[in-house]
Amino acid sequence: MRLTQGTFSFLPDLSDEQIRAQIEYCLTNGWAVSLEHTDDPHPRNTYWEMYGNPMFDLKDAAGIMAELQACRKTFPRHYIKLNAFDSTRGVESLRLSFIAQRPAQEPGFMLLREESKGRTQRYTLRAYATDRPEGQRY
Amino acid sequence: MEATGTRTIREASKRYQAGVMKYAQMGYWEADYQPADTDVLAMFRITPQEGVDPVEAAAAVAGESSTATWTVVWTDRLTACEAYRAKAYKVEPVPGSPGQYFAYIAYDLDLFEPGSIANLTASIIGNVFGFKPLKALRLEDMRLPIAYVKTFDGPPTGIVVERERLDKFGRPLLGATVKPKLGLSGKNYGRVVYEALQGGLDFTKDDENINSQPFMHWRDRFLYCMEAVNRAQAATGEIKGTYLNITAATMEDMYERAEFAKELGSVIVMIDLVIGYTAIQSMAKWCRKNDMILHLHRAGHSTYTRQKTHGISFRVISKWMRLAGVDHIHAGTVVGKLEGDPNSVQGFYNVLRETHNPVDLQRGLFFEQDWGGLRKVLPVASGGIHAGQMHQLLSYLGEDVVLQFGGGTIGHPMGIAAGATANRVALEAMVLARNEGRDIWNEGPEILAQAARHCTPLKAALDTWGEVSFDYASTDTPDFVPTPTAA
Repeated sequence: MRLTQGTFSFLPDLSDEQIRAQIEYCLTNGWAVSLEHTDDPHPRNTYWEMYGNPMFDLKDAAGIMAELQACRKTFPRHYIKLNAFDSTRGVESLRLSFIAQRPAQEPGFMLLREESKGRTQRYTLRAYATDRPEGQRY
Repeated sequence: MEATGTRTIREASKRYQAGVMKYAQMGYWEADYQPADTDVLAMFRITPQEGVDPVEAAAAVAGESSTATWTVVWTDRLTACEAYRAKAYKVEPVPGSPGQYFAYIAYDLDLFEPGSIANLTASIIGNVFGFKPLKALRLEDMRLPIAYVKTFDGPPTGIVVERERLDKFGRPLLGATVKPKLGLSGKNYGRVVYEALQGGLDFTKDDENINSQPFMHWRDRFLYCMEAVNRAQAATGEIKGTYLNITAATMEDMYERAEFAKELGSVIVMIDLVIGYTAIQSMAKWCRKNDMILHLHRAGHSTYTRQKTHGISFRVISKWMRLAGVDHIHAGTVVGKLEGDPNSVQGFYNVLRETHNPVDLQRGLFFEQDWGGLRKVLPVASGGIHAGQMHQLLSYLGEDVVLQFGGGTIGHPMGIAAGATANRVALEAMVLARNEGRDIWNEGPEILAQAARHCTPLKAALDTWGEVSFDYASTDTPDFVPTPTAA
């Protein structure tokens, strides 16, 4: 399966040149770029690990690309996403968030069912990868 | 604009003499009135009957939408009636429409119950639209003072929180209405939902008239739809939703359906505008209490929003619904099959999405509006749109919008999932290109063709619908056109 979280997951994986163009767009808008990574891509896993703080003061796309390369090197088999944070009053949230690295093998999710009364079912989603302990998942 | 017989009679003994006098003389017209920051303001398009003075007509609208009745009553004198009278304070001819006038009216804040759309509308549109001296009347715009805005809870979720909850940023959301809108069994209905969601859509939607009919009862629909949602989430690793329409005959039924949707884990429920303002506010309250997104289908609105001379502009409905507290509202597509002039539609979108609206006559916004911290409503563009229009949709509507491709998903020659994929790929390719600084308005077709090279479903969609457009003149257009200025 292909995890389709993030703004551009239906396109072929973005090249570094394409990622850099998106970073330029974020910087032009005055947004702070940040990197996060995880080996638990459950859709309700809100808190991926932060790779440092949001880079509020880094206004240079090359510098952010260097951070991304470093993150990739440290976590070569994790999902990595690049976020852009807009601190404008009334937004104060992300304006862009896309996957900038994904593992070669994505085993996907198992849907567990528990039959309940009146034909209702309780659903639970579990990533196959998280059956294994942290560090050995991808 | 001032005509004879429009001066307020100040002398109390004459003013309160039994009998009939002109509304302007009763005090419902004050040419030099300066609206207070706390006043509710309304702007009506009035078309007086032959021989009726426009100022007197405006005063009559002010009177009939506030304290007046057809004759003088002495009991006015038991109240601070001068404060409670609405005041027409400006009347001007509509540009290019002889016989029509814009009438501005100010209302004291204390005329309205805090936090009640039902009460606000019972005054502003309660009696006055059937008033005989007017041929036609249209409520064009309103200014809600921040003091009044603050008495409403507004959208339970709002654009920012909805995006955080769904973990979807930087692009319009994608949806589709299940078709055919009537007749499918629960099992077949859920099949459409599953295919569309796992193919790449974020949402599917019940249509406005899917409630609980002989061919599919509501519980059956909810159960099959949630099976589809959960299967699609497992297939994609992405949060998905389906707007379960809980519209029903009574509030008791609606609450029962809402509770069941919650129990099944749905992130969103849906209501129709025809349930009425009080029911909408009640469901907004329920949604706030239960962390649920509230989708509103504007069923029925065209009966009173479409014609320019009579009714209510949709920009006013948009303002009321933001106060009442819905998270989604259908607000036009510009390019699709349903009525929608680009400037007017952008005016609606601005009302729903901005923190502050400046006066913008070109987009039909006659008043400045401060929304304070009231959450933002996500507009929904639905009706006759397809992947080939993606550059136009993104240019006209921006990224805080749900684009709903019903026929454009389900009617895809390779199947529903392929239709969904085509839309999602077209969307992501267009956002990517826009962010890269490309001129999507002009290069749009080329960007789509390029994206179709790695996506056969998109190619098939473009081959099928690429040329389809709905080019008809709009009836609800702004009255002001931009004046060219010397460069």
